[in-house]
Amino acid sequence: MIHKYKLAGYNVLLDVNSGGVHIIDDLTYDILDSVEPTFAEECPAEVLAKLSRSYPAEDIKECYEEIVSLYKDKILYSEDDYEKYALVAVASPIKAMCLHISHDCNLRCKYCFASTGDFGVGRKLMDLETAKRAIDFLIDKSGDRKFLEVDFFGGEPSMNFDVVMQTVEYARSREAETGKTFRFTTTTNGIHLTDEMIDFINKEMNNVVLSIDGRKEVNDRVRVRVDGSGSYDTITKNFKRLVDKRPKDSDWYVRGTYTKYNLDFSNDVMHLYDLGFDQISVEPVMADPKEPYAITEADLPRIFKEYEVLSEKIAKIRSEGKFINFFHFMLDLDQGPCAIKRLRGCGCGNEYCSVTPDGDIYPCHQFVGVEEYKMGNLYDGSFNLEMKDEFAKAHVYNKPECKKCWAKFYCSGGCNANNYIYQGDIHAAHKLSCQIQKKRLEVAILMKAVQLLDDAE
Amino acid sequence: MKHIKTINKANLKKTAAKGGCGKCQASCQSACKTSCTVANQKCEKDA
Repeated sequence: MIHKYKLAGYNVLLDVNSGGVHIIDDLTYDILDSVEPTFAEECPAEVLAKLSRSYPAEDIKECYEEIVSLYKDKILYSEDDYEKYALVAVASPIKAMCLHISHDCNLRCKYCFASTGDFGVGRKLMDLETAKRAIDFLIDKSGDRKFLEVDFFGGEPSMNFDVVMQTVEYARSREAETGKTFRFTTTTNGIHLTDEMIDFINKEMNNVVLSIDGRKEVNDRVRVRVDGSGSYDTITKNFKRLVDKRPKDSDWYVRGTYTKYNLDFSNDVMHLYDLGFDQISVEPVMADPKEPYAITEADLPRIFKEYEVLSEKIAKIRSEGKFINFFHFMLDLDQGPCAIKRLRGCGCGNEYCSVTPDGDIYPCHQFVGVEEYKMGNLYDGSFNLEMKDEFAKAHVYNKPECKKCWAKFYCSGGCNANNYIYQGDIHAAHKLSCQIQKKRLEVAILMKAVQLLDDAE
Repeated sequence: MKHIKTINKANLKKTAAKGGCGKCQASCQSACKTSCTVANQKCEKDA
């Protein structure tokens, strides 16, 4: 399978199954519309006749030979032989947990997928006993995995920070005896970040995700406090304090959500950059299309254009020798994740799960509150291995749209929760997400290709 | 080649043979939480 597209004056050709990326001229682009395996040794007469109106015959023949040569070398139209790995890649140890330390929040963000913090199951903080049981559960189910990830999530984790600190202390206390290494992360809205919290986060958390949507008017339209006032002034101040004190080798991101209200979101990315935040993730809101802020199919052309604009702005910054990282443009075309990792997405319900303040276990944070996807509970010891197996098998070859999609080894089947919520089945690709994802990937692949070309010259 | 410029090593197939160790980060734990991309994760086989 190949995928080709035109963008920013370049013709890009992707060989899906090998991961090969090529920049091709217009002639190659046009020939590939008319030929496919298996190839004759010489350019078919009808192809020659069709293209000779636009290109010299000698060039067409020469270009055809290049295509055939790459095909013979299994560089183009390489075979998809990964399904055998999918068939044996069954239930894995659990290595990552989203710990819902607080089902309460001090913001009332209008688009919150967690029903403004309580996930539709009531406002509640996790107690230490439940958090300890969650850590024990993760260790117990982690098999031979050495690195265990725990994300303190909410709601707003800082509303229950004493339990966060005690949970970290407890998990660390079990590292030596179990041979595990915990990697902690947290996501915070920044409303109430004390110096003590900042110092603890910067000492203990491998990654911290700082929620902010960008420009003040954009952020404060949706990320509002309980009294309806905006959060921007407070959180920008707090996030700067945190980032300024963060060790240079530790990860962090400012993370925003864009909605129908700010389809010009490249301006929000640039605003965050101008504030001094150069590690940025900004993602589309996922919401019921009836909501006024929801992104719909009609918005896609505008969104596609905006990713192109964003790539140009980022390229300009980099051309000045400055650093900026946009999370969804990150790609390593040579040393990225292995093919087996790419067969399944986030790992939810299989390698990854969420635990609520009541000790309920769900496949991930987005499934919390969906009764039919409750996997078990830490107190009654239940854990649905059949459901775990269902998620283990939710690889790209079991998702009909994914199986035939060029982007399957980049998004790996997308978000199972979005598939379930918006398409009714974890195996049914959420079309809106897919279209945005594919555009982002096309832009990201080209950005990387151009960089590699520049490096080579 | 004159018409086709290959940009990268195209080594996805090689990664399958030695891959699947599972040491890498769970994709949703980084900076998305709503919009999964796997290809931006790092391989941590030798970590």
